Amino acid sequence: MAFEKTLTQNVGNPDALTVAGYKKNGGYTALEAALKMEPDAITQAVKDSGLRGRGGAGFPAGMKWSFIPKIDKPKYLVCNADESEPGTFKDRLLMEYDPHQLIEGCAICCRAVGANTTYIYIRGEYTKAARILEDAIREAYQAGILGDSVMGSGWKLDMYVHMGAGAYICGEETGMLESLEGKRGQPRVKPPFPAVVGAFGCPTVINNVETLCNVPHILNRGAAWFKSIGTDERNTGPKLYAVSGHVEKPGTYELPLGVSFDELLEVCGGMYKGGTLKAFIPGGASAPILKASESHLKMDFDTLAKAGSMLGSAAVIVMDETTCMVRAAARLAKFFAHESCGQCTPCREGTNWMEIILHRIESGHGHQNDADLLYSVSKNVGGNSLCALGDAAIGPVRSLVEKFRDEIEQHIREHACPVPHRRYFAAAA
Amino acid sequence: MSATAEQTASVAELALATLPDAAKAEIAEIRKRYPTAQAALLPALHIAQRNFDGWLAEPVIAAVATELGLPVSTVYGVVTFYDLYHLKPVGRHRIRVCNNLSCQLRGAEEILEAMRAELGVGEDEVTDDGRCSYIHFECLGSCDTAPMMMIDDDYHENLTPETAREIVRGLK
Repeated sequence: MAFEKTLTQNVGNPDALTVAGYKKNGGYTALEAALKMEPDAITQAVKDSGLRGRGGAGFPAGMKWSFIPKIDKPKYLVCNADESEPGTFKDRLLMEYDPHQLIEGCAICCRAVGANTTYIYIRGEYTKAARILEDAIREAYQAGILGDSVMGSGWKLDMYVHMGAGAYICGEETGMLESLEGKRGQPRVKPPFPAVVGAFGCPTVINNVETLCNVPHILNRGAAWFKSIGTDERNTGPKLYAVSGHVEKPGTYELPLGVSFDELLEVCGGMYKGGTLKAFIPGGASAPILKASESHLKMDFDTLAKAGSMLGSAAVIVMDETTCMVRAAARLAKFFAHESCGQCTPCREGTNWMEIILHRIESGHGHQNDADLLYSVSKNVGGNSLCALGDAAIGPVRSLVEKFRDEIEQHIREHACPVPHRRYFAAAA
Repeated sequence: MSATAEQTASVAELALATLPDAAKAEIAEIRKRYPTAQAALLPALHIAQRNFDGWLAEPVIAAVATELGLPVSTVYGVVTFYDLYHLKPVGRHRIRVCNNLSCQLRGAEEILEAMRAELGVGEDEVTDDGRCSYIHFECLGSCDTAPMMMIDDDYHENLTPETAREIVRGLK
């Protein structure tokens, strides 16, 4: 599939790590233009493009910006670089290969909403990406792109990298704000929303890395260009798909938003070693599992939501016929049980029970009504906690019960896992 | 001496035992980035941990609290919330083997087995020579190069049990 790369045009070009190299490909022209625009016109351009958040929720970015009140208070941009959704690795690529694209996107956003400080909240494990970003920010300060007078405009902008310390929940926007403020990353009660009361009690925009990286291109090439890509009016622009699992060529692929799973699989060189597709997760660990028969679906926000799953972070995990679905769901359940912040009882207890029940089914000790029990636990978790982690945790579990109930029941009936555990490295055993 | 005074004294003593000047200067510099002192806590704990063999003993936690003017209990609460802060000694090299779904689908369990066999200790235990400790870890965002592990600050990707063992043998 031939598709002009925009977001990833600098991947593999080490020159782009420097200001001069980044400028060679048209870098920082969008910021220059933004400095001459009315701030509201910047927001309007982003609104017109239809850009929806690339972090998981798919909320329209321009609308988010427009919620920032025009009051005399400091305002902040917090860039969500806490990429921790299992299966997701696209933001790391953007930061490691094209840090200035992100800096430019952040700067334009700040200009639009009247913020003078950006914190890039990056997960603590991404030490390499953090180092690259810090170097790029330092050079941007030296080049007068950041600091007291951004590109000579007299407008001040500071930008800092803030390292997390290993907690998935800090990717939730209010958990992130708590963590930024030096606290346990436990999500806040909403409302008030961060646009009104965010970081340090001030209006705050929180956008994902990939979302912000789209912004310079929207200003450079126009909202119409952006809207010409994608499925429809509500699903526009280029999208990074991070594909892993049983495919020949796992990796990050930039394609039009709304490419079908079948097309995506083809781009990835097909199934690993010619295997047969059994199931796939279209949007990271939180997204309900889809069956092979659903592979024709377009990978956009609305199509996947209609199919009962979600695009999420567009982290696509592909599983072939050697995969035990109970084992896969049990692994994800373990993740959510570990990452639940413990604040809300339904999530704290429910994620733990889902892990226990799935583990006992997988190990051949399942009880006869465990499939129903899983479903009922998931119902008690869903919608009953402050943030979306509980809802995320039930995604894989509920879809397992709905779509692979026979596999659960076979485990229980045979007191063992019917799918032999694949060994990858037989020689070492 | 009253109980309160004793406690104050003990915290002060603990604090005296700690943070080198360079670390203090680094924390002071980072503090300037934020409107509140507490916002510098996560970075400060990273700095402290780097300066004290990769883990946070209670005196170190107390020293960070003193440095930022925070209650020790607040700092302790934060330390226990996050996976990257350690409350007990770790190896000189910390090995994190990702075994979330994408890595599991491509053989992560066998990498963990290889670590167990190579190092002869259980997860989160330190080898007798103090060289290594290993744990299984949640997704590290390198799913396209699965299976993978992180040693200290570096990613090691597209592993086999043999290459994983070789890498670990090469650690000083």
